[in-house]
Amino acid sequence: MRDMSPWPVPLDGTMGEPRERGRFGEYGGRYAPESLVEACREVDEAFREAWVDPGFRGALARLLAVHAGRPTPLTPAGRLSEALGVRLYLKREDLTHTGSHKINNVLGQALLATRMGRRRLIAETGAGQHGVATATAAALLGLEATVFMGERDIERQALNVFRMRMLGAEVVPVTTGSRTLKDATSEAMRHWVGATGDSHYCIGSVVGPDPYPWMVREFQRIIGDEARGQCAAELRTGVPDYVVACVGGGSNAAGTFAGFADTPARLVGVEAEGGAGAARGRLGVLHGCRSLFLQDDDGQITEAHSIAAGLDYPGVGPEHAHLRDLGRARYVTVTDDEAAGAAVRLARTEGIVPALESAHALAWVIRAAGDGDLPSGSTVLMTLSGRGDKDVSTLKELL
Amino acid sequence: MTNPTLAAGAGAVERHLRSRRDTGRGLLMPYVTGGITPGWTDYLRAFAAAGADAIELGLPFSDPTLDGVTIQQASETALARGASTRRILADLSGMPDLGVPLVVSTYYNLVLHDGPEAFCAALRRAGVGGLIVPDLPVNEADELTDVAAAAGIELVLLASPATPQPRLAEIACRSRGFVYAVSLMGTTGERAALAASAAELTERIRRVTDRPVLLGFGVSTPDQAREARRHADGVVVGAAVMRRVLDGAGPDDLRAFLASLRQALDQECDRAR
Ligand SMILES: Cc1ncc(COP(=O)(O)O)c(C=O)c1O
Repeated sequence: MRDMSPWPVPLDGTMGEPRERGRFGEYGGRYAPESLVEACREVDEAFREAWVDPGFRGALARLLAVHAGRPTPLTPAGRLSEALGVRLYLKREDLTHTGSHKINNVLGQALLATRMGRRRLIAETGAGQHGVATATAAALLGLEATVFMGERDIERQALNVFRMRMLGAEVVPVTTGSRTLKDATSEAMRHWVGATGDSHYCIGSVVGPDPYPWMVREFQRIIGDEARGQCAAELRTGVPDYVVACVGGGSNAAGTFAGFADTPARLVGVEAEGGAGAARGRLGVLHGCRSLFLQDDDGQITEAHSIAAGLDYPGVGPEHAHLRDLGRARYVTVTDDEAAGAAVRLARTEGIVPALESAHALAWVIRAAGDGDLPSGSTVLMTLSGRGDKDVSTLKELL
Repeated sequence: MTNPTLAAGAGAVERHLRSRRDTGRGLLMPYVTGGITPGWTDYLRAFAAAGADAIELGLPFSDPTLDGVTIQQASETALARGASTRRILADLSGMPDLGVPLVVSTYYNLVLHDGPEAFCAALRRAGVGGLIVPDLPVNEADELTDVAAAAGIELVLLASPATPQPRLAEIACRSRGFVYAVSLMGTTGERAALAASAAELTERIRRVTDRPVLLGFGVSTPDQAREARRHADGVVVGAAVMRRVLDGAGPDDLRAFLASLRQALDQECDRAR
């Protein structure tokens, strides 16, 4: 009934190690200022050693289990599935400690920072989820944390700002440019230039100079690896027909896709209409990597706009740009209204209030099931990247 | 270390800087953000008249990740005025020869946007001699080096206090025009004193090349220029110029500031001899 032919699995779309010089196809690389190149090389060397060290892997696995609450469940969305005519399964990253997938990456990087003898973590944050995760890991491992956050996001994510401060992190407001994630990232990089000796820059998504896009994806692949096993146990077919995740920089999607890239599952990344780097970006270089970015006719990066602060980024990680070019993954967009509607629908059918970021993925599932893009009866694995507590005030204004 | 063959094969910017350096002159390269005011090219004339040996012309970019607040503000101001690569280069054409080389600096996204070939050709047509791209380290520079050379644009590479010695040798060897020594681990912006790392870095660069070495990032006052001159062939002064421009200083005011830097550099080299 379901035709698997249009999306073949290209050999190098299987999400292995990047090629030489941190390349995913033509994307990626280390376009860092000279002052950061050595620091990137040190992170790369440390990560390569750690990732094959059973001691490091064991310590990380333990933290993920006893502190972050992994593995997270796979929840069949029964009532919603019935209404949509598909079989929808939710990978519940919202149930991790701190409430989003960001903790997976941060625990990995914080352990790595300790191993490298760093005493402080620097981070940028949009929704505040990565900032909260960073503050949490820092507290857990006895590190300091400095989190850069756009002034505009500080206003709309007040709850997370308080959480970070409560956890002992310093939150630095960023007042330049669009005062959102893009500017917070620029400011964190500037700060890192002057602090490479004692600080690790803990990037929150699969962006930045090599090795970050690869390293962050590896720390997030636990989402996909767990889900793969859970699908094998749960589904008659073993593998879902569709694997769907929202894409800001693309870390929850990359981690999810990594578990299924070598299967026939169709991979779908869902971007915000106003922040669609993969769907509408042009080749460029920003924040240390070559990828797709929203730009104007003069080559200036344009500002992203999304109801979900975590998707308010004008670019996308380099591996997603590559998967798009290969046709291995497909990138689609949904509007603010669709996302808000999907959040409410999930709350009322499944008793789960999702983060507005995650609601984007669901909004596409709802739309695609309605217009036949998603054939009826399909099995769909969707990563529910975070919980919606942080978004209640935004939603309150809207509903 | 003198390498006459290198000097012979050098481009126009490098030949110009070498010949001035070889007279014992301390080199001065002030910076201005293109398009910052309606009559911004008057700053170029004022710089040349005040004794600049080369001029760095910034093409403003929306996300200047290696710049401190002053140049961030200057970039935002210029962009808000409608500045773009195309318009800034158009402003240059029709200007009489300044008598000193123009070196453009910008972020790699703007180079990629037009494509390295078209970008370098446009620089050349506008009379630009050199190019600095702070987010294009030597490990990523292949795509631009040959294209720039073919267009007659000297691609200047940056060296940092964190650069290990073997990499420094590669940077010095592949840089054209001069070697840009980043004096400190930080962004552009005025500082109260010249960083201690400046002296060490320039000594390390000197060990591997006889190309001119200009020290930039943080050099803000005549005293600092004088001190920098003890180690390097000259200085780049950016934020200290742009803060004045943002505060409303016109070309004549800047001419006086640059003259004070010029004088400091000249005194230092008299003292040295
Ligand atoms: C809950 C949640 N989902 C998704 C994202 C988007 O990030 P990424 O695309 O890296 O997964 C964020 C970012 O803040 C987030 O908080």
